[in-house]
Amino acid sequence: MDADTLVATLQAAVPDAQIEGAPTVDPQTTIYVSRDEVPALARALRDRPELAFDFLAELTAVDYWPKEPRYEVVYVLVSLAHRLRLRMKVRVPADDPHVATVSGVWPAANWLEREVWDLFGIAFDGHPDPRRLLMPEDWQGYPLRKDYPVQIRMTPNASEALQVTEEEFRANLMKDRLTRGR
Amino acid sequence: MPDIKTEVMTVNMGPQHPSTHGVLRLVLELDGETVLTASPTIGYLHTGIEKTTEQKKWQQVIPLVERMDYLSAQSNSMAFCLSVEKLLALEIPERVSNIRVLLAELQRINSHLVWLGTHGMEVGAVSVMLYCFRERELLLNINELLAGFRLFPSYMRVGGLREDLPRGFHAAVVAFLDRFGPKLDEYEDLLTKNEIYLKRTQGVGVISKEAAVAYSLVGPIARAAGVDYDVRRFFPYLGYETYDFAVPTQTKGDVYSRYLVRVAEMRESMKICRQALARITPTGIFAVADPRITPPPKDRVYTEMEALIQHFLIYSQGFTVPAGEAYVPVEGPRGEHGFYVVSDGSNRPWRIKSRAPSLLACQALERMIVGGLIADVIAVIGSIDVVMGDVDR
Repeated sequence: MDADTLVATLQAAVPDAQIEGAPTVDPQTTIYVSRDEVPALARALRDRPELAFDFLAELTAVDYWPKEPRYEVVYVLVSLAHRLRLRMKVRVPADDPHVATVSGVWPAANWLEREVWDLFGIAFDGHPDPRRLLMPEDWQGYPLRKDYPVQIRMTPNASEALQVTEEEFRANLMKDRLTRGR
Repeated sequence: MPDIKTEVMTVNMGPQHPSTHGVLRLVLELDGETVLTASPTIGYLHTGIEKTTEQKKWQQVIPLVERMDYLSAQSNSMAFCLSVEKLLALEIPERVSNIRVLLAELQRINSHLVWLGTHGMEVGAVSVMLYCFRERELLLNINELLAGFRLFPSYMRVGGLREDLPRGFHAAVVAFLDRFGPKLDEYEDLLTKNEIYLKRTQGVGVISKEAAVAYSLVGPIARAAGVDYDVRRFFPYLGYETYDFAVPTQTKGDVYSRYLVRVAEMRESMKICRQALARITPTGIFAVADPRITPPPKDRVYTEMEALIQHFLIYSQGFTVPAGEAYVPVEGPRGEHGFYVVSDGSNRPWRIKSRAPSLLACQALERMIVGGLIADVIAVIGSIDVVMGDVDR
């Protein structure tokens, strides 16, 4: 399936979506879509048998500061059944950085979206576990943003011993377990 | 008999634990010896390499990416070079591609040997560790011969290789391959039908085919679960379609299947190595003839003004890469790996993102260990072969 057929198939699956092809140097079909249609497109990409993009290879973001729209969220998808690759990109403005989560469609997106939130500060609406992934939980700022300094001295507070009573500790454990859906 | 009061116990495993392969922390809730919940915490090795690369020139990135997944250094730098070469639209000579295939496969054997040794040790077969590291030493010697550096050779360069193959390279590789086949049989004698090893690994840490796809598991973990995804077959690069090799798969998806897949992969890698070696001439072209990218030979730098200027420009300013983005996936030792590279047309990368197979394996870890025994946690962590440098980057 070549790039045009793929875009046409996807357009037929989600008629309302605005799909815009983009030129690439590597042989991967690249499309831009608007961020409101990400959930519908994700479902169509995974569930339509003629597409069957059941494998989310990568989810990341790029900061094009000071250009506007500032961010791009990039989904790299693989269709194992048809041996296809697709790069889907979503433009995200600087003043309102959020996209709908796709972790319900591809469970692998859970940590990848947490990493993007952690390092770029792009929120994923409806994410089941929206915490930082790599940086300490009390970290200020989003390190991979272009306006974040490379050399920075900051003392994380995470090493301080947490003072809790045994009851509080147990209550926290239960709370933690409930929030994770068990 | 009166009811015995029982309660759930929380165990903090790691980040400093000998079997977590670095600094992985697991908070486990245990009911007796059964794992009720597991939450992996990562980030202890987060060094911000992706941010650092944005400050470096293109060639300076190579030593950094080699240190991400420190067990597959050559494979990392090769993946990075392929992506950048795609942006530069360079035609890479066939000899260079063949050498890269050979080095990538040797790196795969190297990584699998470290995995087999440490995994064997963790489930109680300490002698396997000593044997595996003995053979790995020969591979590190080959790296030393090649580049003067054993773990991170930085031998791959954008546009080709750093220098031509050293004298005695072919003989060293042939000597290794001749020795390694029978040694691999020895490892199998120690483990494949070992009753204790079977009891520790069969039916442990199972992940289904559907879950493996949903959690984007790649490489030996996915192939042990029956997903026959191998980048070398699905999206060939470096002429892998011209090599004769099999993609070993299993169906059970447990720790033992992963062991079988990796051992079979080492045999296939040996086959590829021999085929690649037959195609490589001992001396010849080792980089593209592009004066923007490849530095001139040293004797010309000492004798010609133009060559000196060219040398000076490459090492002071570097080269520029046309604006755009590229991602070339390769099959690393841990599965699909690659660098999503974005350039703004300058001599420094705008953004580099490593597709980290270990990160996704770590995410799926919870699924594999919940419901099992705490002793099996060790076997499962070993079997998914996570490299924390790749998880945290």
